[in-house]
Amino acid sequence: MSAKRPKRKQPLPSPGEWTFELIEAYHLEIDRVAREYGLDTYPNQIELITSEQMMDAYSSVGMPVNYHHWSFGKSFMHTEKGYRRGQMGLAYEIVINSNPCIAYLMEENTMTMQALVIAHAAYGHNSFFKGNYLFKQWTNADAIVDYLIFARNYLSECEERYGEEEVELLLDSCHALMNVGVDRYKRPAKLSLNKELTRQRERAEYLQSQVNDLWRTLPAHQAKTQTFEEKRFPSEPQENLLYFIEKNAPLLEPWQREVVRIVRKIGQYFFPQRQTQVMNEGWATYWHYTLLNTLYDEGLLTDSFMMEFLHSHTNVVYQPSYNEPWYRGLNPYALGFAMWQDIRRICEHPTDEDRHWFPDIAGSNWRETFDFAMRNFKDESFVAQFLSPKVMRDFRLFAILDDDKESKLKVSAIHDEAGYRRVREILSDNYNLGSREPNLQVWNVDLRGDRSLTLRHQAYLRRPLNGDAEEVVKHVARLWGFVVRMEVAHEDGRVEVLHECRRDRRKSDGH
Amino acid sequence: MVRIIDRRFDSKNKSTVNRQRFMRRFKNQIREAVADAISGRSIKDLDNGESVSIPSKDLSEPQFHHGKGGIWENVFTGNDQFSSGDQINRPPGGGGSGSGKGKASKDGEGEDDFVFNLSREEFLDVFFDDLALPNLVKTQLARIHEYKSQRAGFTNDGTPANINVVRSLRGALGRRLALASPYSGKLRELQKQLEELLETRPNDDPEVLKLKDEIGILRAKIDAIPFIDTFDLRFNNRIKVPKPTTQAVMFCIMDVSGSMDEGKKATAKRFFMLLYLFLTRTYEHIEVVFIRHHTVAKEVNEEDFFHSRESGGTVVSSALDLMKEVLQQRYLNGAWNIYGAQASDGDNWENDSPHCRELLAESILPFLQYFAYIEITPGEPQNLWREYEKLLGAHANFAMQHIEGLPDIYPVFRELFKKRL
Repeated sequence: MSAKRPKRKQPLPSPGEWTFELIEAYHLEIDRVAREYGLDTYPNQIELITSEQMMDAYSSVGMPVNYHHWSFGKSFMHTEKGYRRGQMGLAYEIVINSNPCIAYLMEENTMTMQALVIAHAAYGHNSFFKGNYLFKQWTNADAIVDYLIFARNYLSECEERYGEEEVELLLDSCHALMNVGVDRYKRPAKLSLNKELTRQRERAEYLQSQVNDLWRTLPAHQAKTQTFEEKRFPSEPQENLLYFIEKNAPLLEPWQREVVRIVRKIGQYFFPQRQTQVMNEGWATYWHYTLLNTLYDEGLLTDSFMMEFLHSHTNVVYQPSYNEPWYRGLNPYALGFAMWQDIRRICEHPTDEDRHWFPDIAGSNWRETFDFAMRNFKDESFVAQFLSPKVMRDFRLFAILDDDKESKLKVSAIHDEAGYRRVREILSDNYNLGSREPNLQVWNVDLRGDRSLTLRHQAYLRRPLNGDAEEVVKHVARLWGFVVRMEVAHEDGRVEVLHECRRDRRKSDGH
Repeated sequence: MVRIIDRRFDSKNKSTVNRQRFMRRFKNQIREAVADAISGRSIKDLDNGESVSIPSKDLSEPQFHHGKGGIWENVFTGNDQFSSGDQINRPPGGGGSGSGKGKASKDGEGEDDFVFNLSREEFLDVFFDDLALPNLVKTQLARIHEYKSQRAGFTNDGTPANINVVRSLRGALGRRLALASPYSGKLRELQKQLEELLETRPNDDPEVLKLKDEIGILRAKIDAIPFIDTFDLRFNNRIKVPKPTTQAVMFCIMDVSGSMDEGKKATAKRFFMLLYLFLTRTYEHIEVVFIRHHTVAKEVNEEDFFHSRESGGTVVSSALDLMKEVLQQRYLNGAWNIYGAQASDGDNWENDSPHCRELLAESILPFLQYFAYIEITPGEPQNLWREYEKLLGAHANFAMQHIEGLPDIYPVFRELFKKRL
């Protein structure tokens, strides 16, 4: 902030306590500046809530409405305990990717914090939700709140009809598969409340008839048997376990299929968030920093406001080193903020190094470059494309190779001329869901035999599944209704069976 | 375009249902934790909630993730010493490897128990969700020496601390006005005459002086009326209203003869505790009378009741006699709800059992809300059981149960106090 800054305007009052009038006044100014920078957002809906309500929102995975489940109660109790004992602060804000974009402000925040949150959530995250391709593809901001209401009503109807326990068991199993309920490369259909309601019954009936056809037990003609044996089911391995179960599990009732679908749809809604943490948080942090500094330069913010704001901002973007006790990996806020700032620097004041590394964007219009980057990337590709040697040097990034067959760790690359590309590659791969999470596929269903389902884990770099796998397989078996087998395909071609869950639903549940 | 909505006064407990779901799902673990807690507490220490811990593996929500092992390559910050190709020893505990992103620690430390607090109400509800004592008749419930102070208007006397200033001054003002009224009428009249007189006469005219004298006398009379009088004082009135409290006495009778071993006593202790626990929910004040017996009965304190060792034969009627005596001396004034609980291994001196039945039927049961007998024995019911069985039909406030071991205690308790419609 330069000394020659002209004080053109009367600063907004900055008392510790916020008022509705002040929030409106600050919002007006932030909105004006955001428009000047060309941020395109959904309309905002700002809701003031208490810390109690913040904990509620936390525990229903940040959603304004959600169906009931014990796991949300568990997470509420956990949050509450941490908060009451002062072990944990609550986030200053929660923002919901919906249209209008709902941002929660906590009652306990000071006026400065409220302004920070408005800039961060209601303009930063909001514009990201609206612009980023993943969010556009995978979520439908217009329909999400309606869909959640539909889901909650549907589930409570199921509870009335089939019993809370029955629904709970089903939800447990679905939750276990929530993170393998996404087609990573296919675009989902848009959600819509009306469509959901009108088509839900049709779909249920149709699905059931399909399933029945699949399991038709009429004796097959001998002549055809030969060709049947050639045929695999599914014809290609499927990566979306929940979808496969929804469409093909033989013993599920129509309402159970609908519940599987609901969990799958909601899980899918969080899919983009998991892949854009660095970009999204960095983007929001960059914009709260930029918007509020612009207001300060215009003379609208007092010095005391800025001191408090900068104090919080600095905490948010703090990045400890690997050898400090509170090191928890890379801080997405810090890395994202640094990268966005760096992109602007490359655009406005490129060095020779930048011209060599980023010939396309060095010296370009920074707003256009920002817009392009925000719209078309996710963490993995964002890092691969835009992580500059300067940021790597600033963070003193280095990569460690940990091979459990070697007795020592190896430093594979550091922030030097020889290592920039390698470090960037590795960091990008760290953000790649495909390698971060195990690669699981529905491999085969023994259509002609015991109807057993085989899941295959394609091992990558010898990384094993964790101890939960056996439990999850049990959940799959509960949904599938017949034997479920989990096997692992090693990179050398060996295949071994890890777990097998024999659960014949027809017998145990009296079907 | 912005909408600012104040949600602070919306319903606060959106998560209540989810909390209840959680409680229901882990009901068994919570019950166990509560039962453990009780065995470690004194019989009367029931005013606290309980911190319940559930092994986190029971409530884990499993998902497919990577475990430790294989090849990982991760990026760290703050390089201060490494160059490419350096070999480093693995940090102890395997930190730094794993899947990065803090997942390794999640897998490693996930073994801690999940601890949360039951409120006192939830704690007790775990036991008493569907229970209620039978024949819950409230007899004479007022306890004489407990009062509640309550406002009741104003009085004319009281202690200075209770003076009501406004009322008192209002009274004083009224009295002064009333007492001064005859003089002030006259005073006004004289003053008027004086003014008229002064228009025509000089100041030192005898008429004028005379009027002035009279006015002076009247003024003095008015001034002599006291500003405030004891008669004016009003005091806040507080009266003591007897506070109705419900009270109960619980008789614990236990056989401590040689045949009752420590295990059986522990079982009996659980039973008495549970009964006490339940009574605290219903009554504000509870007294417990501990009577132990072998061939003779004795009233003892809690410590001796459960822990001192005795031996010898068994004469159950001795305890019932003592109970009857205590009842008549202390509790038969109509102010007490009386409960009895008897634990024995059922092994009684043969000729004594019929006498016990008579005692119970004639001198004890008519005054009691409820009497429960539990027989703790691994085998067939003993002679006392057979005698007591005869009471069952005739006395609705009598119940008996057979317990074999510790695990039976809770179901038995539920059976005893099951809701009777």
